Amino acid sequence: MSEPNSPDSLRAGAESNEQFLSPDGSISTSEDSREQDLPDGEVIEVDVDLASVNPDLADAGTVAEIVAADREIRAEVGAPLLEMKSVTMQFGGLTALDDVSFTINRGEILGLIGPNGAGKTTAFNAMTGVYRPSSGSVEFDGRALGSIKRNEITRRGIARTFQNIRLFSDMTALENVVVGTDARHRTSVPGAILRLPRHRREEKDAIDRGMALLEFVGIGSRATHQARNLPYGDQRRLEIARALATEPKLLCLDEPAAGFNPAEKEQLQDLIRKIRDDGFTVLLIEHDMRLVMGVTDRIVVLEFGRKIAEGLPQEIAQNPAVIAAYLGVPDDATA
Amino acid sequence: MTTTTASVPAGKNRPYSGTGDRLRLWWDAQARPTQWLIGVPFIVFIAFLPVLRIPVLTTVGTDFGGVMAQFGMIALVAIGLNVVVGSAGLLDLGYVGFYAIGAYTVALLTSPDSPWNLTDQWLSQRWAWLFCVPIAIAITAISGLILGSPTLRLRGDYLAIVTLGFGEIVRLLADNLTTITQGGRGLQGVAFPYFGGTDKNPDGVFSAGNSDAPWNSGLWWFWLSIVLIVIVLLVVGNLERSRVGRAWIAIREDEDAAEIMGVPTFKFKLWAFMIGAAIGGLSGALYAGQVQFVVPTNFNVINSMFFLCAVVLGGQGNKLGVILGAFIIVYLPNFFQGRTSLFGIPIDGNDIAGYKYLFFGIALIVLMIFRPQGLFPARQKLLAYSRGLYQAARRAALGGDRATSAAAVLADGPADASSDVPGAGTKDGGDR
Amino acid sequence: MSAVLLHEAVGSVHAAIATDVIDFDSHRLFSNFWALTVEGLSYGAIYALVAVGYTLVYGVLRLINFAHSEIFMLGMFGQYAVLWGMGFLPRGNAYDEGIALTVMYIGIAMLGGMLVSGGAAVGLERVAYRPLRKRGAPSLTFLITAIGASFVLQEFVHFVLPLLTDHKFGGLNAQQPIRLVQETTVFTFFGADVTNVDLVIVVAALVLAFAVDRFVNATKFGRGIRAVAQDPVTATLMGVSRERIIMLTFLVGGLLAGAAATLYTLKIPNAVIYSGGFILGIKAFAAAVLGGIGNLRGALLGGLLLGVMELYGQAYFGPQWRDVVAFVVLVLVLLVRPTGILGESLGRARA
Repeated sequence: MSEPNSPDSLRAGAESNEQFLSPDGSISTSEDSREQDLPDGEVIEVDVDLASVNPDLADAGTVAEIVAADREIRAEVGAPLLEMKSVTMQFGGLTALDDVSFTINRGEILGLIGPNGAGKTTAFNAMTGVYRPSSGSVEFDGRALGSIKRNEITRRGIARTFQNIRLFSDMTALENVVVGTDARHRTSVPGAILRLPRHRREEKDAIDRGMALLEFVGIGSRATHQARNLPYGDQRRLEIARALATEPKLLCLDEPAAGFNPAEKEQLQDLIRKIRDDGFTVLLIEHDMRLVMGVTDRIVVLEFGRKIAEGLPQEIAQNPAVIAAYLGVPDDATA
Repeated sequence: MTTTTASVPAGKNRPYSGTGDRLRLWWDAQARPTQWLIGVPFIVFIAFLPVLRIPVLTTVGTDFGGVMAQFGMIALVAIGLNVVVGSAGLLDLGYVGFYAIGAYTVALLTSPDSPWNLTDQWLSQRWAWLFCVPIAIAITAISGLILGSPTLRLRGDYLAIVTLGFGEIVRLLADNLTTITQGGRGLQGVAFPYFGGTDKNPDGVFSAGNSDAPWNSGLWWFWLSIVLIVIVLLVVGNLERSRVGRAWIAIREDEDAAEIMGVPTFKFKLWAFMIGAAIGGLSGALYAGQVQFVVPTNFNVINSMFFLCAVVLGGQGNKLGVILGAFIIVYLPNFFQGRTSLFGIPIDGNDIAGYKYLFFGIALIVLMIFRPQGLFPARQKLLAYSRGLYQAARRAALGGDRATSAAAVLADGPADASSDVPGAGTKDGGDR
Repeated sequence: MSAVLLHEAVGSVHAAIATDVIDFDSHRLFSNFWALTVEGLSYGAIYALVAVGYTLVYGVLRLINFAHSEIFMLGMFGQYAVLWGMGFLPRGNAYDEGIALTVMYIGIAMLGGMLVSGGAAVGLERVAYRPLRKRGAPSLTFLITAIGASFVLQEFVHFVLPLLTDHKFGGLNAQQPIRLVQETTVFTFFGADVTNVDLVIVVAALVLAFAVDRFVNATKFGRGIRAVAQDPVTATLMGVSRERIIMLTFLVGGLLAGAAATLYTLKIPNAVIYSGGFILGIKAFAAAVLGGIGNLRGALLGGLLLGVMELYGQAYFGPQWRDVVAFVVLVLVLLVRPTGILGESLGRARA
């Protein structure tokens, strides 16, 4: 499936806008610009008031309470949750990560920054078990992350969002989030066919939690919208909600502000803080220095696969090596 | 940031477009008893179509009851294939293989020509069919597991060719294992359910010998398949509105993302394969019982394409749509068969019926260009116990100013309390 | 009950194996090893040529052009019609025109077959696939369209072509064979007879394979094909016309299918029938997958390998198991190497 923001789908969207009169000839009227792209003569989305369905959701405090992860974390607040221990990654002759060590402490927002090609994505993939380090190890909540399946990583408590949004575009916002709760379900096929009590309980929990999550990230009214019809900013929020639905110990946000305007970035900062305040640990990979400086507790800087700095945002902002890496000094300009 | 409490913008005129959508909306907005009140008589009406023999609708060249029986079986096949292709997005081009395994299981266990025939030993011919159906389902499910566990790790395109090969291998096995399957001569005298035997029909109403139209064997098999379709729809519907169905759609949409969200994708793909296979096997068992004769040529790979046609035509992912798709592909050729005039216009029906693959081919191409979602597109609902939410949305959509308030939703029962009846979630009522 | 069943099942399987159903005749395999190899190579060469069509299209579009088997079938009719047009009519025994003229006639027929197949492939692309590309349709949609196109082409030859040609071509039955060559042994090789037909097929296929390999790896157009296969967006930015490349890909695939069709009818003269492309197409696709789909040389290797394995299997298990062997080989190879023997990468197939 093409991502919503890929050139292909943009073009497809543009073309179907030309035939905005849906195939069956009815007029799809809407002054609201976010309702685009109705190739199938499908329904135009309608907002709903979630509090009317579940009155609990009217109160932000209750919402946050439902959203908060309900699982045991071994690491104490402030103690290391994830540790990169001298991780080196080599692909053929290329060293993508060179002896990188840092920790993410429980309850903090850690920023991972660096110029293009610095190894952020590789580090990210090493952390989420996509790659196995050539040497060194990654320890998460007291256990080493060996080569386990990707869905197992999520079940262990690391969730992520995608730089290029990858929602299940045919599903509604709520369904997307409920997919994220999958790891919390125990029922399988027989239970679902027979609608055993456990299945019913799990489903209801998942829906309640899903609605709370949507409310939490600020798109509750769009619960029944198809993901593909959501505006860009809401899609990013939905990704975050879906990742939170897995009840992660660590939430990794991969350039969540890409394509945002300053106002939206501001709102995103608020959301990230809110997530942290609700008891989650956040790893933020981001280009936008202003956003990173504004929201993170600590920052790790990578360049050419090496860690060149680590510290509080103010320290990083004044660190000559970081400034050099970002502005480029003549020596490095060739690289 | 959007405010989450915003209710429906007032005065927005008819946000849903199209007659089909409005019909669906209207239907979904009805209370469940109303849905049953409309749905059940409708099914009964369909069931009695072969009895009523409405003039133009009734087929000329072949018995209408037989046509509807065939439709019932293909509808089952389409529902099963829809689980694999429509929901999970796994292109299975060898589905006919499961159909064949189901049919051959019943035939091998009950045909006097087979070395494994049980009916001359301890199994009564009367109960043999019923006894073998669960075995057929189990064996096809297992064959789905055997085929799926190595191949479902392959990427989608490879899966298509491997399944195609599987379908062909099953047929070749049936053709070549002559000491067991009688090869091209086929297996005769397959058991069928015994029910309602009379002096005139000593073998009961399901026997192929029962030809007193309209109450002939075709009609009875049609009724049996309706019952099975309803059961299968309930099962599949329950699965769709659970983590299983959501996992399938997620896999179809973006397998990697699904996996990273913690969905055990391989496991659910395998389930989809097994469930699809089991339904195909059930249909095959039905087929073997109805025609009482199986032969390899009935399980050519082209049938797989035909089944796929039903699914695509009806609308992938929409289990009601694929039933209509099955109806179209079975009924249309038979409609023209033997017909010499239509509304007074002389036509050569046999010719038209003979061109069926040509027409279906053209239909597939045109459909893919102009309406890739099929003739009857609809999105599955993937959440049970969310009736309150969806009703709120629907009322908002239909009503503009009418029924958007919290009170209206709550009047219909809060979200959680609405469907405590097992097997009767939101979509069950809407299914019919 | 299950014990009875199982016992019976085991007994019957033994019975089946012991009798004529499956032979496990290793003597037949080893005593005819070289003959089987020669025969297998000549079938394999044909699979290989058809497989190139699948692989090129897949490399560029990520599409299984399911209708390619019908392009091959049209090629068989094309060359048949050309032969007919040159005055050769079906008859019981082969024509004897002398080597030079026969080669020329076959060459002309082959050109005719290639033109028909190439034209049909390009037409198919325009009518069926291009509209989908413009709409950015998902890959399943393409595949279903391909299946639909496959139906249409088959049924066209089945029903419509006879009406258009006064029942000379097409229809339900195979065409009466026109034989230009009597298959005779030219020389023996480790006790294996190598016939003139085998020789022509393998040599022609090698020449064509070499030509297409050069074309893809050493010409400007070929560079375009590889560029689009590797990265369509960048290729377009670099000034490669994607649409033109796609058309070219279909054309090359079609031309080779037409040539393969001509060679195939030399081997099996009565294969010219509307449904005659289906199984061969599946096998050629299997060959492409076997070698690594999207990989040109993989397709050639896969074709030859499949042809030979099939014949070995046929000798060992009995002739009726030939198709089963082909598919089982495919599945086994995919399980060991999920992306085929040479891996999938048209873009990186360098000279």
